[in-house]
Amino acid sequence: MKTILDLFLTFMKIGAFTFGGGYAMIPLIQREVCTNKKWLKDEDILDIIAIAESTPGPIAINAATFVGYRVAGFFGAFMATLGVVLPSFLIITAVSFVLKAFGDLKVVKYAFTGVRAAVLALLLKALWSLFKVSKKNAVSYALMAAAFVFAAFAKADAVLIILVCAVFGLIWTLLRRRAGNDIS
Amino acid sequence: MIFLELFLAFLKIGAFTFGGGYAMVPLIQAEVERMGWLTSEELIDFIAVSESTPGPLAVNMATFVGIRTAGIPGALCATLGVCLPSFVIILLVAKFFQKFKESLAVKGAMSGLKPAVIGLIAAAFVSVSKTVFFSGGISVSVFTGIDFWIALCIFILTAVLSFKKKIHPIVLIVLAAALGIIAGFAKELLT
Repeated sequence: MKTILDLFLTFMKIGAFTFGGGYAMIPLIQREVCTNKKWLKDEDILDIIAIAESTPGPIAINAATFVGYRVAGFFGAFMATLGVVLPSFLIITAVSFVLKAFGDLKVVKYAFTGVRAAVLALLLKALWSLFKVSKKNAVSYALMAAAFVFAAFAKADAVLIILVCAVFGLIWTLLRRRAGNDIS
Repeated sequence: MIFLELFLAFLKIGAFTFGGGYAMVPLIQAEVERMGWLTSEELIDFIAVSESTPGPLAVNMATFVGIRTAGIPGALCATLGVCLPSFVIILLVAKFFQKFKESLAVKGAMSGLKPAVIGLIAAAFVSVSKTVFFSGGISVSVFTGIDFWIALCIFILTAVLSFKKKIHPIVLIVLAAALGIIAGFAKELLT
């Protein structure tokens, strides 16, 4: 019971003190879960990254569920996940009311016109970071280009694009293995 | 039934985005536009707020969209929807994690999925650019309007600071807000 409460509080702390989500949460998770609480070993953090990459959903939720389950089974997973979500939920609820009250002020409107341009810059940065670590081969480039064209110009469904590319990657990998090439 | 719609839309987002963070933006954009829940300006504002408040971006966005469309119960439905696929899938996978990680099927699917996500974010970048620079539609008159140039300057400045100086996103958002306020009032004084 104590462990489960501890999981809840630890992940609440992680949820309340990381900004931006995604991989930005990994260092804090490592510090709390491996260094402070010693629930997992340092090398287990690689498992968390691998699992976050290969399963869908927000990385923080994946990590919370995974760590919670490893430490204390289903109930641990539930409480860790609840912990990581709760601060977001409360803070956004509060922010939303503030924005509703002040959103029509001229100064807020002007602020957001500036902020939109910054979001565009952040999106470009995210795009570049992902591109940098992606595989640099013809198939990978072709899939990027195809996904871009279908999403931007043909307005194809994003989920459909993801599914088609996943199936293509699967078939391609199996064919290459059958052809005797190693998978890289 | 708005609550069920919110739940299902965010369930789909949670079930089909890989990588978290900005990788979720294309799917959130697609769902929110399809359902007509937010304007494209509102969506970008929400991304900025979600980035500058703590917590996972996807959870922040889900709560935000939910509360705006259907109040606190709506926020609950959307947040539950975005978390549920992760939770269930991780529980299933955690037991067989070693096998799962080394599975050829997973590796193969990932090799196709990752480039697709990059393509989708690139498409989201194009669509957000349109909203930021050409909110009144694309025409020659845009380039003579001051709004376009203000947006372009703030974009270039924040992009350079983000790429070259690795400045934290929150600092960039606050800086851009300040510049937006200054530019807005300056424009009023001049016209």
